[in-house]
Amino acid sequence: MTFEELLQVPPYSLGHEEKHALLTERLLELTEHHRDRCPEYRRMLKSVGYDAGSVSGYEDLPFLPVRLFKELSLRSVPQEDVVKTMTSSGTTGQAVSRIYLDRTTSANQQKAMVKIVSDFLGASRLPMIVLDCPSVVKDRNMFSARGAGILGFSIFGARKIYALDDDMHLDREALTAFLEKFQGQDILLFGFTFMVWQHFYKELVRLKEQGVTFDLSRGILIHGGGWKKLASEAVSPQEFHDRLRDVCGIDRVHDYYGMVEQTGCIYMQCECGHLHASVFSDVIMRRPLDFGVCGVGEPGIIQVVSAIPESYPGHSLLTEDEGVLLGEDDCPCGRKGKYFKINGRLKNAEIRGCSDTYAAKFA
Amino acid sequence: MNAEKYLNIFKESFDVDEATAKGLKYQDIPAWDSVGHMSLIAALEDTFDIMMDTDDIIDFNSFEKGKEILAKNYGIEF
Repeated sequence: MTFEELLQVPPYSLGHEEKHALLTERLLELTEHHRDRCPEYRRMLKSVGYDAGSVSGYEDLPFLPVRLFKELSLRSVPQEDVVKTMTSSGTTGQAVSRIYLDRTTSANQQKAMVKIVSDFLGASRLPMIVLDCPSVVKDRNMFSARGAGILGFSIFGARKIYALDDDMHLDREALTAFLEKFQGQDILLFGFTFMVWQHFYKELVRLKEQGVTFDLSRGILIHGGGWKKLASEAVSPQEFHDRLRDVCGIDRVHDYYGMVEQTGCIYMQCECGHLHASVFSDVIMRRPLDFGVCGVGEPGIIQVVSAIPESYPGHSLLTEDEGVLLGEDDCPCGRKGKYFKINGRLKNAEIRGCSDTYAAKFA
Repeated sequence: MNAEKYLNIFKESFDVDEATAKGLKYQDIPAWDSVGHMSLIAALEDTFDIMMDTDDIIDFNSFEKGKEILAKNYGIEF
């Protein structure tokens, strides 16, 4: 099965059995594809005794710890076919992941994302405010997760402006002019959760105290990048939403879950507050002790599978995040597939233990 | 007139000469990467006063293909 065929399927239209069969077929093919083309991956499969014949569903496929992309250069295409290298947003002192993209994988990431996000925003593009500074997309050869996110979402916007300058200060004049120009129209806002809070929300609060307000009641905010920093300021997702609404009237707020290692197939939060898996990917919650599959309501380590990666062996990965499956095919929003929530990043010590021993097996 | 405007946008966006522009495909040159692509689309939208659909932005993968899309879906005559 090709990815093009999968793109013809509406992203939230398949029930469990159909989706399971389709994804299993594609992911088995991708496993073979990478085994043939990536020597390191081939050795890993060999060392875990992988046997395609014993795979009855994609839950049975081996998974690599995401951390491995920080330690190894994993590619399934020749270097000259790499058109873009993406890096994770590691904090200072941490190693960063390097993800190598060829034309096909890069294009398929964008196509999948368009299908997913269009399901939430509709087909037409909206005037767009990026809640970040222009310099994040400056280094064209080396994309950070932030740059890649902004660029990926830019396709849904038109007449785009950056709300922050390169010193991360709100550009009030630009914002005012923009809101006047597009008065009465829906507006798309995009940014990373922490940036939105730190450099947008807090500034709006400060300005409101001075009597300066902005009306963003026609805004639709999409934000992602995790809650780690906000959790340390004790801001919950509900509070984030409530306080943004209070300060500027914005009420349509969608968080999303995604990672640079599987760009494209993001997990969007629906109107009911649940993150949803599309036909292009899935989540499997794993028990920390034996990696068994968790049931509904049981917290576990999140494994992600994606039908997209052809240029690097990243189609089945164990993340360092903890999540809970909330249900499948029966979210009140009407979208099929699994829906879930994220509890947060696993504690450093725990994951270090488990992924290091996992990776050490392949050394 | 429109053909000239269209060509000029390519020449200016990617800093290439006429011959190169006319044979250009997406990702042939470093300037036409995903960042360059969105700038190109923004320039085309401003110049021709149109708003392109996301599907068309994705399908827009060469100089020639772009012309086809603008002519067919946005009524721009070349």
